[in-house]
Amino acid sequence: MIPAPFDYYAPTSLAEALTLLQQHGDDAKILAGGHSLLPAMKLRLASPSVLIDINKVAELRGIKVNGTVEIGAMTTWSAIEHHTALAKACPAMTDAVGLIGDIQVRNRGTIGGSLAHADPAADMPAVVLALDAQIHVEGPNGPRAIAAADFFTDMLSTALEPGEIITTITFDSHGAGEGSAYAKFPHPASRYAIVGAAAYVKMENGQVTACRVAITGAGPKAERQPAVEQALIGTDGSADAVAAAAAHAGEGMDMLGDIHASAEYRRAMCKVYTKRALLRAIERAR
Amino acid sequence: MTATEMKERLVGRALKRREDPKLITGHGNYLDDIKLPGMLHIALVRSPYAHAKIVSIDASKALAMPGVVAVFTGKDMLDINPMPAAWLASGVKNNPVPPRALAVDKVAMVGDPVAMVVAENRYIARDAADAVEVEYEPLPAVVDARKAVEPGAPQIHEAAPNNIVFEWECGNKAAADAAVASAEVVVKEEIINQRLIPTPMETRGSIARYDATTGEWTVWMTSQAPHVHRLLLTAFVFGVPETKLRCIAPNVGGGFGQKIFCYNDMAFTMWAARKLGRPVKFVEDRSENYKYSTHGRDHITEAELAGTRDGKITGLRVKTWANIGAYFSTVAAGIPTTLYGRIVTGVYKIPAAHVHVTGVYTNTAMVDAYRGAGRPEASYLIERMVDRFAAEIGMDPAEVRRKNFIQPEDFPYDNGLGLLPYDSGNYEPALNKALEIAGYAEFRKQQAELRKQGRYLGIGISSYVEICGIAPSAWMGSQGWGAGLWESANVRVHLTGKVVVTTGSLPHGQGLETTFAQIVADELGVPYEDVEVQWGDTQGTPFGYGTYGSRSLAVGGVAIKRSVDKIKEKARKLAAHLLEANEADIVFENGRAYVKGSPDKGKTIGELAAAAAVAYNLPPGMEPFLDETSYYDPPNCTFPFGTHVSIVEVDPETGHVKLLRYIAVDDCGNQINPLIVEGQIHGGIAQGLAQALYEGAVYSEDGQLLTGTLMDYAVPTAAMVPHIETDHTVTPSPVNPLGVKGAGEAGTIASAQCVMNAIIDALAPFGVKHLQMPATPERIWHAIHGK
Repeated sequence: MIPAPFDYYAPTSLAEALTLLQQHGDDAKILAGGHSLLPAMKLRLASPSVLIDINKVAELRGIKVNGTVEIGAMTTWSAIEHHTALAKACPAMTDAVGLIGDIQVRNRGTIGGSLAHADPAADMPAVVLALDAQIHVEGPNGPRAIAAADFFTDMLSTALEPGEIITTITFDSHGAGEGSAYAKFPHPASRYAIVGAAAYVKMENGQVTACRVAITGAGPKAERQPAVEQALIGTDGSADAVAAAAAHAGEGMDMLGDIHASAEYRRAMCKVYTKRALLRAIERAR
Repeated sequence: MTATEMKERLVGRALKRREDPKLITGHGNYLDDIKLPGMLHIALVRSPYAHAKIVSIDASKALAMPGVVAVFTGKDMLDINPMPAAWLASGVKNNPVPPRALAVDKVAMVGDPVAMVVAENRYIARDAADAVEVEYEPLPAVVDARKAVEPGAPQIHEAAPNNIVFEWECGNKAAADAAVASAEVVVKEEIINQRLIPTPMETRGSIARYDATTGEWTVWMTSQAPHVHRLLLTAFVFGVPETKLRCIAPNVGGGFGQKIFCYNDMAFTMWAARKLGRPVKFVEDRSENYKYSTHGRDHITEAELAGTRDGKITGLRVKTWANIGAYFSTVAAGIPTTLYGRIVTGVYKIPAAHVHVTGVYTNTAMVDAYRGAGRPEASYLIERMVDRFAAEIGMDPAEVRRKNFIQPEDFPYDNGLGLLPYDSGNYEPALNKALEIAGYAEFRKQQAELRKQGRYLGIGISSYVEICGIAPSAWMGSQGWGAGLWESANVRVHLTGKVVVTTGSLPHGQGLETTFAQIVADELGVPYEDVEVQWGDTQGTPFGYGTYGSRSLAVGGVAIKRSVDKIKEKARKLAAHLLEANEADIVFENGRAYVKGSPDKGKTIGELAAAAAVAYNLPPGMEPFLDETSYYDPPNCTFPFGTHVSIVEVDPETGHVKLLRYIAVDDCGNQINPLIVEGQIHGGIAQGLAQALYEGAVYSEDGQLLTGTLMDYAVPTAAMVPHIETDHTVTPSPVNPLGVKGAGEAGTIASAQCVMNAIIDALAPFGVKHLQMPATPERIWHAIHGK
């Protein structure tokens, strides 16, 4: 519980943060909410020699909802959770954020920090996948946008290049006939997802015309569920149709198994939580 | 106030705890708050292996680091003895191998300390600990108690062949065998009471200071029993007179048993303080607490309950393997023997019972008392078996309980297992009350209806009895306990009329400052605010064995009352003298001594205290001052009881359990402060239902603790504990003049099986007869889906 020594910087602008990151390279870690990094440091599982704390970078905070939703990377879970326009524009995001950790965690933890860390049991990867979000980053070669589908490359690994910092996350606000939801089986101690399912649907004339589902917690990284999506599109979104589609959840995924939940059980729960998320999303879309 | 005005009695009132404002506003003084001038800090080098020989230790890199003062190993400390083994299993051979201050030559568990770094601050100490190079030769490990006694299992200690700490039994084997052999019905089950980690909010530690000029130590410690630790550390570990050590327990942030024991850090901080001539501090971090400080429970039991088709229980046969961990912790053997085996028949009249317990070393953290200590394991066992029996014969579990309860006229009741007689009890009213609150009959109808809709609700009953006020020294001596178990208290009424109570009991969450002050204020008739309760420092408090086993009121509290009685007696004598009356005519009431029949002619306790203090006019032969000490050794333990009922709903798709209602009807005898009793019941239930639903320490086969953090080990938050509906019956204990029994552990002892019985009841349509704890969603899902 005593971290190894490190140097600490607290830049006040993104440009300054990027310069520091450039200077210190692999020795440095960006400190956002610190809820994954600091415990790892205290357990000496991580020992960065430099911490660049970007909590004072004001330009990285804030939420804009206007046809598109734009969330600054350093926006806290708590700010997202209590944003009423966002709850309307994208209920899956609000569902998921309200289930993260506890109040203290949500007061400090940030969306950008969580995405960059890419914990296989974090909620947000499933949500941004289901929302088909863009993750905007800035680095030594300027800004670029990465589609959520391309962002999570492996367990705790992302498409972020060295020297890059996430700046904002953007996705479309829901319009008429669109709905989304997140359903989660939390670990009783950590509150991370043993299985978490995020679902987005679009209903037109009583038919599901678009669907995106993603699952987190069950495998080494969050993954879209194309078999579920294809099975649901074109149906009437009834409970039976949803159950039939959700039965495909987890197909082709490597399931994690540990003392908290076996692979067999996780696979079964993927189906249950996908079903629950879809039913909720359809109810909201109608 | 005239003698006719009755002062409002405080005993029985739900006063808020007087200790809380300080503690809940961050003004407590805990061990880690203490900073002494020149104080050094210790970090330990701990074994990453569960079982290994220590080949070499090279501290040269650590010693070269700036700020590092010294590095010591176990071999440096061979001049002190291992930690004492204070409670052995009674009447049988024990093979106690307690830990040394630091491991010597080999390690027996992950986290076993092999070296200690002493440095100017904690950060340097920790960095340097990483720089100590230890070469190990790993040995095969064993973590399961039943496997550890099998032929060919890894051998952990030479002094304990086959890893056996003791083999112990109680009851009547021939009778139990005959009962099982001839029974109409026998139910048999393997019941696992999983290992738990106590998780006090404050971890453990010690600070030692040594004065070379006097040869005296002062040790601040996270302790539930500083007087005992003083005795053990001096007489047994260091071989010095106990007068050379002063132990101070400052505010203690929860113990749940884990802080009863004499730990290696108490010894190595003392040793290092003497060696280095500077104060030294050691405070565990949470990971160390989880790896090294004691765990609780960890029983594997094969149980058979015999009975008749019409619901009479005729016999119980129990065989238990109790995991003791890598070493013998202070009272480790007493818990799964006297405090478990001897009460395993619970609230039932069972004519033939036999219990066999094997205590076993494994390559895991030491196991010792944890809230309830033995009685939760016993209660869980019998209450599960009774439900299992009821299901087998198709009888309502409440009815089976009623048919077999020990009846009020049976008290004092000898259960035939070598326990002292149960003092008093009336079990059926508590059961009836709990069932009435739950609406039992109505619930059964609702349950049947909902099952048709695919909803699975269940109700669980737990009727319990436990052993509190653990004492009678002579009896405890016969139980392998290596000391007495009386308590003492001093009460002084100062010249100003203010009362100071010093006690050897030690509150660390029990609210004793409040409870004790209520008793003293009532008995002496002084304002509650005028009573101060002091504790925790062996210099200034009389000897006490400490606070555990729900004994501080029934033993320590009674010692206080007896000191007050002596004060009153002396005050009466003095009043008679000052009022020129016959002592026999003096009445002491409401804080005032007066002449019978002339209530206006009297002296207040304050006036009498002042007269006794200035000593201008005392009766011949009377010593000055109102100052009395009592040593109280009760004639028996006390036996609180009650019935808890819970209602759950199981989600058949996921296996999740929702606790819909929790009802607790407890009888702890007279209640001094109902608010504190309720708080103790709440906390106890939280820990018991946590065992049923969430908690369980898990080791890998090779002895790594897989639940080593609070991210893995699920201690319930407030949001995971349901609203608790409390009620009580009152059956005063005849054992002590306060009529109290104790309430600190009842909630834990009653609750795990209450929740498990409800879950298993809910799963009856799926043919589920038993489930092991914790009843995680996955375990339930497998039970439902037959996988």
